Amino acid sequence: MSVSLSHVDKLYPGDVAALRNVSVEIARGEQVAVVGPSGSGKTTMLTVLGTLERPSTGEVSVEGLNLSEASDLDLAGLRAHRIGFVFQAFHLQESMSVLDNVANGMLYMGVAQKDRRAAARQALDRVGLSHRVDFRPKQLSGGERQRVAIARALAKRPAIVLADEPTGNLDSKSGGEILELLHQISDDGATLVLITHDERIAASFPRRLQMHDGELIGDHRG
Amino acid sequence: MSTATRDRARLPPHELLAVAGQGLRTRKLRAALSALGIAIGIGAMVAVVGVSSSAQANLIAEIDSLGTNLLTVSPGQDDFGNTTNLPTTAVPMIGAMRDVEGDAPIYQLSQNIYRTAFVPTEETGGIGVEATSDNLPKVVSTSMASGHFLNSVSNRYPEVVLGSAAAATLQIPTANGNILVDIGNQLFAVVGILKPVAIDSSLNPEAFISLPVAERLFALAPDAAEIYVVSDQNTVNYVSNLLPPTADPADPSGVSTSRPSSVLQARAAAQGQFTTLLLGLGAVALLVGAIGIANIMVISVLERRGEIGLRRALGATRRHVTIQFLAESALLATIGGAVGLVIGAGATEIYAASRSEPFIVPLYAIIAAPAAGLLIGALSGVYPAMKAARLSPTEALRA
Repeated sequence: MSVSLSHVDKLYPGDVAALRNVSVEIARGEQVAVVGPSGSGKTTMLTVLGTLERPSTGEVSVEGLNLSEASDLDLAGLRAHRIGFVFQAFHLQESMSVLDNVANGMLYMGVAQKDRRAAARQALDRVGLSHRVDFRPKQLSGGERQRVAIARALAKRPAIVLADEPTGNLDSKSGGEILELLHQISDDGATLVLITHDERIAASFPRRLQMHDGELIGDHRG
Repeated sequence: MSTATRDRARLPPHELLAVAGQGLRTRKLRAALSALGIAIGIGAMVAVVGVSSSAQANLIAEIDSLGTNLLTVSPGQDDFGNTTNLPTTAVPMIGAMRDVEGDAPIYQLSQNIYRTAFVPTEETGGIGVEATSDNLPKVVSTSMASGHFLNSVSNRYPEVVLGSAAAATLQIPTANGNILVDIGNQLFAVVGILKPVAIDSSLNPEAFISLPVAERLFALAPDAAEIYVVSDQNTVNYVSNLLPPTADPADPSGVSTSRPSSVLQARAAAQGQFTTLLLGLGAVALLVGAIGIANIMVISVLERRGEIGLRRALGATRRHVTIQFLAESALLATIGGAVGLVIGAGATEIYAASRSEPFIVPLYAIIAAPAAGLLIGALSGVYPAMKAARLSPTEALRA
């Protein structure tokens, strides 16, 4: 199993429950869309799956690591080596070239810069941006920037790719290309969890988790 | 446990430094301005230390060139507080001492020196007239600015040599024997002007005539007012202790001895005290610079929440984030310290060159300047770095 949540609650100060009694299992290589309106707990679900936050109660296991028992160092190690994030806001650093932005995705793995850059070139080639390696992010279109962010997540060959509204800032054409790209990557064996509020995007996924007010209200396949 | 637990998040020190440098390069102008605060503070301190060291080195070199083996013997006070007189035997007795390499007595005259006889008698210009032997310049390590000192001719004819300040007061720039001055209604030819006597500036506003002429023309008191003694370098203390009983075997306590070089040494030490005060002012400038860096780093943390969130997502631990911001702050202030060192050394060089003093920036200042920057940067970075590390990754990513 790639990811499993069992009776997970996530409470924020002021007794705001972002997740309520969520239980779900996601197998290795599965492609899952988490869909729901704003404030339904989708992003919290992603940060818990991404080990950026621990659950308030319940059990979460990611790639065999139990979040309640693991140390911060273990969780950071898991993120560094096995989890790739893709954000709506891209989070690219303007002061660096496209190549170094992608290579930085492996910064905390303890890999030498030369090897990071080599992996970054491969990843950029894979997302179709090998002609943009020396560009700065601001010289690229929105779709291209998100491709760079995807390449950054890919370069480390992650076991899980977590994407938070990756097409939210893009026009429908670029968005479609990005989705296609994410599906292709996932076809290589990585688990893909994508957060979206867009039902049409969710429809392109073989499995859809429906969230509402922090609860998992639907788990549809096919 | 799965393989996942064996995967550690790592950031080797050289990568950390590169990340810190990248962080500063992203905001060049701001980094430069905040480093400038530290540079000015450290520059001021280095300049204070450098200038004072250069001046001290100059003074010490002067003391060394003059020698620390000059002693003076003068009348002291008796048990009732009255000024004593040196016995007339003091000069020959001291001259006969084994470790005394030279001595020059000074006899005070009650006469004054005037440019002409028409100058009102009260306008003495503060110049004293003294009789001395012809080896005085050698004994007090000075030489002639013009003309020559008293010699065998001066022993027979009325000739006078002026100290540097006396010549300036009388407005006599050069001495060639053609200028006559009035001493006790006698005309004296000005045959020489001394260079300033560094080791004992009390000789500068004086006029010197020879002993035989003084005895012949004026009522010369038989006791010396002061005797300059040059001792063997290795036995200065020994000679100094022996001088009072030699000068006045009957009442050694009535004889006062001193070592003029110690006055200059005290002056060098006094300059050191002044330096401490200025260093304190430099420290205040540094404190302001440190607060500036802390302020900039706090703002930087707020602005870079997205980057912090991303780094956490990429596998950075809280510790990595703390160290990154600490390193940025320390790097910034260390660069400031190094630039401050260059500024301070430059200021010292200009000062030293303008005064023909040796250029000295002490080794401790060269090491301390960047080290102080590093320390200040690390300290002022603590709070912003902790703030960055405490940021919730989720909150940070939403920024």
